[in-house]
Amino acid sequence: MKRTIITVIGQDKVGIIAKVCNYLAGNNINILDIAQTTVQGYFNMMMIVDAENAVKSHDEIASELVGIGEEIGVQIKAQKEEIFNMMHRI
Amino acid sequence: MISINEVIETNEMIRRMNLDVRTITMGISLLGCVGKDVAETCQKVYDKIVTSAKDLVATGKEISKMYGIPIVHKRISVTPIALVGASVCKTSEDFVEIAKTLDKAAQEVGVNFIGGYSALVSKGMTKADELLIRSIPEALSSTNLVCSSVNCGSTKTGLNMDAVRLLGEIIKETAELTKEQDSIGCCKFVVFCNAPDDNPFMAGAFHGVTEADCVINVGVSGPGVVKAALEAVRGESFEILCETIKRTAFKITRVGQLVAKEASSRLGVPFGIVDLSLAPTPAVGDSVGEILEEIGLEYAGAPGTTAALALLNDQVKKGGVMASSYVGGLSGAFIPVSEDQRMIDAVSAEALSLEKLEAMTCVCSVGLDMIAVPGSTSAATISGIIADEMAIGMVNQKTTAVRLIPVIGKEYGDRAEFGGLLGYAPIMKVNNYSCERFINRGGRIPAPIHSFKN
Repeated sequence: MKRTIITVIGQDKVGIIAKVCNYLAGNNINILDIAQTTVQGYFNMMMIVDAENAVKSHDEIASELVGIGEEIGVQIKAQKEEIFNMMHRI
Repeated sequence: MISINEVIETNEMIRRMNLDVRTITMGISLLGCVGKDVAETCQKVYDKIVTSAKDLVATGKEISKMYGIPIVHKRISVTPIALVGASVCKTSEDFVEIAKTLDKAAQEVGVNFIGGYSALVSKGMTKADELLIRSIPEALSSTNLVCSSVNCGSTKTGLNMDAVRLLGEIIKETAELTKEQDSIGCCKFVVFCNAPDDNPFMAGAFHGVTEADCVINVGVSGPGVVKAALEAVRGESFEILCETIKRTAFKITRVGQLVAKEASSRLGVPFGIVDLSLAPTPAVGDSVGEILEEIGLEYAGAPGTTAALALLNDQVKKGGVMASSYVGGLSGAFIPVSEDQRMIDAVSAEALSLEKLEAMTCVCSVGLDMIAVPGSTSAATISGIIADEMAIGMVNQKTTAVRLIPVIGKEYGDRAEFGGLLGYAPIMKVNNYSCERFINRGGRIPAPIHSFKN
């Protein structure tokens, strides 16, 4: 299974997770795990998702998430999981 | 499963510490492109490049988006043109035609540099090699994207001092022809000793004759990441310092390996090597000079600099080697002056001299890189500087290079402006005592005794 990591960074506010989850559900993307933490005053959220059955390509999803991020004033990034596995696992 | 802290660490490297993949370079063999005359050769060269690299730039962008990592440059290296044009080029002007073809092909596929306008003359020059070398000033001043290099020595062959003498004149001539832009033509030309066949970095990239028809080589970078990691171990022992550099280099190189494998599979082209270099840019926080300061020097160039650079270079290799299945190219720390803000500052503060830089090249991955010198520097003096640097490479069995820019109309204390990635450079002081009688002897310097290993 090819997994994607979605990260959100910004000021915490009501509705960030709801907005992202709504988008994912609408595009048939399954959430496998969610974690969040605060680093240097910034809200950091990570979602591990399975986009295997998504109706759109990674490119489209990544671009649309950036758009949603701009709407609500946070940075949203979608990256394939391999970059993290390569860097942190031998 | 990956943890949130690991995800944050990677993304902070990208967001705050300028982690990027510096270049995906496609090496293309042009050995099969020799036609019956110059025009047919140019056509075949153009067709081969445009066909092989048509998807290179788009693929680079896709991979960048997929992993959320910037891939700064997409580039091409080709077979040394002195070999490709040997049978059809009868004059230097003929070679310039091929240079213009390379420029056109590079523009067509959207890469930002194409390397390989080169000659390999470490022992002797053929007629074609000499014609190509003599065409370099015209080729570099009449094209935008073409990069040129000449390998004029190796540990196995010794130094070709005839070529070294000629190259001093060629560098001066290139400077003259591009004097309106602070002699920028010289930024696109490198002289090598022990040049690698698979270097993905410009200006010295070419696709060696030992290579396959087409390969993908990737150059990683990340001085900012190393600097940030070292901030956390300020004051600790050398053991901890070295371990930190090694761990960081491993992580940086893994990203390069991932991108190289992905590019290779998408383009259907074999993966060549990852070049694990610390390549600075003029951006703040992307500097090798800053790392040297973080290691404990007031400025790069202070006593201790050569030792600090030696350990940095070695740890980068030790960390990187395990991260990639094939490591090659130049691999190590680059120490260009103009492309590194803290190196520029060190020169401006008179902490860093040309002689100290020469000492540093004994332990770094390349050599005297992007150094602006007075336009009045004689051709013989430039040849002398090249000869010194080549001797270091030859005796130490390492790659060394010289990219000097005699900036016409400017003197010590002035500033040359190249713009963009090339940045600006303070004009450095040169020792002008004559070496003319030495350079004018002609012939070769024999290979050193330790090269006879058979």
